Parts: sequence; structure tokens; C-alpha cells
Amino acid sequence: MSVLEVRGVTKAYGDLSVLRGIDLTVEEHGAVAVIGASGSGKSTLLRCIDLLDEIDDGDVLLDGEVVTDPAVDPVAVRRRLGMVFQAFNLFPHLSVLDNVALAPMRAQGTPRAEAEQRARELLARFGLEGREDQPPERLSGGQQQRVAIVRALATQPRALLLDEVTSALDPELVGEVLEVVRELKAGGMTMLIATHEMAFAREVADEVCFLHDGVILERGAPDAVLGSPREPETRRFLRRLLDAGRL
Amino acid sequence: MLGALVAAIVTSKGWPAVRETFFSWEAFKASFPDVLRGFWLDVRLFVIVEIVVLALGLLVALCRTSAAPALAPLRLIGAVYVDVLRGVPTILVVYLVGFGVPALELSGVPSDPVVLGGIALALSYGAYVAEVYRAGIDSIHPSQRAAALAVGLTQRQAMRHVVLPQAVRRVVPPLLNDFISLQKDVALVSILGPLEAFRVAQIEASTNFNYTPLVAAAVLYLCVTVPLARWVDAMQRRRRA
Repeated sequence: MSVLEVRGVTKAYGDLSVLRGIDLTVEEHGAVAVIGASGSGKSTLLRCIDLLDEIDDGDVLLDGEVVTDPAVDPVAVRRRLGMVFQAFNLFPHLSVLDNVALAPMRAQGTPRAEAEQRARELLARFGLEGREDQPPERLSGGQQQRVAIVRALATQPRALLLDEVTSALDPELVGEVLEVVRELKAGGMTMLIATHEMAFAREVADEVCFLHDGVILERGAPDAVLGSPREPETRRFLRRLLDAGRL
Repeated sequence: MLGALVAAIVTSKGWPAVRETFFSWEAFKASFPDVLRGFWLDVRLFVIVEIVVLALGLLVALCRTSAAPALAPLRLIGAVYVDVLRGVPTILVVYLVGFGVPALELSGVPSDPVVLGGIALALSYGAYVAEVYRAGIDSIHPSQRAAALAVGLTQRQAMRHVVLPQAVRRVVPPLLNDFISLQKDVALVSILGPLEAFRVAQIEASTNFNYTPLVAAAVLYLCVTVPLARWVDAMQRRRRA
């Protein structure tokens, strides 16, 4: 059984149709990369899967359960998923440690001492020891995004949703964040990754989906989609990235 | 400029009379203990009303910013409350509550003018402070709430642990500003009769045909509002640093 399954999902904001029938499956320990131009609906897709936005039609399944059913408590679903945002969205009024320990304490009822102990271990594992008591703003962008990833991992999610986690970073900081995602993949984490980093998608993803105008226009093994794309739109997109020096 | 203004005042024809009526040291000494006793009532009333205002304002702001469809009636009540109480001069609210409520002759309803005056001030300032809180809550970027929900917090937990702490921090200076304003407006309760500083000063002034007790009251208000204002400034400086 797949961990995540998206079936015929549609979403519109008013008259603007953003997702027009998306089908997608992420297997256990698998990583699926969603690529596409800005505004193609990548973020919306991830937000819809995490039930932060309501879908108009279709189903999202988590471990075989239809979680977009109105009878399902969205809070319980979000507790089983981890999400990392493009702009980190760390809580600026909390220390790094409290950012990570908040959800285990409040959402899962873990006692403070235990939540903090686990948070320290996780932060140390991702090279963030010594930063625990600092406010997030004191950290570099790459460190902040690593804290955000640790925060998402702290609740031991079934799958991670990564929404362009390197797009807000200075080029020299991209590497350290991608390294973390690589480690997670090696550790067997199930992931759905919206990304602009094609080389990275090629390396980490089991499948690449090219999202264009609200539909997945082309999908397949990374080498196939990124190496020899069939669709003219995919070729055009990749060429634009190439011209911009991003490939 | 200031020197010229002072010079103009003290050399004016009427200055000796004004000095005697407003700045008589003898009258000041004589009235000060009574005015100070009255001022103690102002201080107590101010502290209690401020606590009620902070709680009431927060409650109204939470009602008004709630998104749940089931809370639509609460949102409406909150909006009407703020519109009405903010739109009516505080002095009118004090009159209406202070004289209107006892006239109803309901049993169990307080008739003490200090209590009624306090309720009127709390209602009036609650509306202002609710809007300050609301502005603070609205100023927190929606991505913060999204991140709180994404880690598995409920709507209420997201408000309590993520949005509200940031919002309150942001509105401390405007809240303190309303603090100072309320501290002065406590004098409005005097129209209901309680012997607070302004009332005492007024009585002494009309008894002796000397306005110095009013100046004594003004000095006492300044003794509280000026340090408060400096404190607000210091807080703002610290936030910018």
C-alpha cells in the first residue's frame, strides 16, 4: 500500500483553476519530485495534501485512508505528516529548541523534559548543537531551514512534504540543506518534494512529475523526464532552466 | 522661545492674581493631603479597570478574529460592541452607566458609583484595546498559523502558542499608550460623586475660591503618567534595538 495517494484532485481560488485533476502516488521509503514553473501549482498541491487548503474535488489518501473526507479530523492527519516551507516559517518568538519541542509537547502530549531531550538529539544529528537557545533569526538561512526540517521530523511523521526548501536560500547555503534531504532519503523517509533543483531531483527522486498549468504533463524516472523529455512543454521548461544556469 | 513665553506670562498684568489663584504654596500645602487621599482611589480604580480592560479586550479581539462559521454570532456581537462603545464619548458612557443602571432599581446590580464608573470605563476602554489586540493578531503573517497547524497544533493551540504571543509583543507600546489615557480618564468617575482626586480638588477649589488644589491634582496625575510615558519610550527603544 502506498503511503500517499492523490486521486483526481482539483483546486481553484475563485475563478483561478490551480490544480486540474492531479494523480500521484508516493510509495513507502519513496521520494517523488514535483517540478514545474513558479505558479504551476506545486505549493498548492502540497498544502492541499497537508489539509492546509481545502480541495474542491478528488481524494487524498494517507496509508490507504481518505483523509480529505469531511468526517476526518484534519489535525490528526497533519500530525502524521511533516511539512517544510520555502520561507522556513520558524516561530520567531521561540528559541530553536522550543521551535522543535513545541509540537511534541502540545500536539502529542510528550512531557517537556522528554520532548526537549529528543529535540536536542535531533538538532545535534543535523549539526545544530549549540544553537538550541538562540532565536531563529540569529541563524543563517541554511541553518534555519535545517531547524525547520528538524521541527517537521520531531513528530515522527509518516511522510515529509518539502515545498521548495532551497528556493529562499543564498546559493552557497543550498548544499547543506540538500545534504539533509539526501540523508533523510538514505534513512528511508517517504517524501514528496517540490523543487527547482533539477540535479538534486535526479539524484534523490524515484519519480519526477512535471506539473504544468494544473496537470501533471509528464512523469517517469528522473533520467527519462529530465534527460529525454517527451513533451514539448517539459523541454521548454528545462531549456529555460538551462539558460538561467540552473541545470 | 520657551523663555520668552515664560517671560510673557510672568510679566503679564494678570500674573500676580493667577499666581495667587493657581499656584499658591499655602493652598497647595493645605489641600495636598486630601487630594492625595482622593488620588489613592484613582490609582486603585485604574489598576483594577486596566486588568479588566486587558482581559475584556483580548476576549473581544479573539471573538472578532475567529474564523469558525459557528462563531459568526460572536463576531457580530464583538463588532457591534466595538462600534458602539468606541463611537460614544467616554464621559457619556460614564453618565449612562452611572446614572442609568441604578435607576433601573434591579436587585443584585451594583449601585456603588465607584463600581459603576469602573464598569463604564472598562466598557469604553475594552473596545479600544480590543482593536489594538485585533490589529496585532492581524499583523502576524498567515504563514505562522499555517506552520503551527502543519506541525499538528489545533486552531486554538496555534492561536495560543504561536499567533498570540507574537501579536501581544507587537502591540505592547499601543497598549501602554491606552494605559496612560485610562489613567487620566479615571477622573471622569468624579461626575458620579466619588471623592477621587479631581473631585476633592474641585470641592476645595470652590470652597476657598482658589484653584491651586486642581494644580495639585494635575501634579499627582503627572507623577504617574510621565514615568509611564518614559517607560513606553524605553520599551519601544528596546524593541527597535
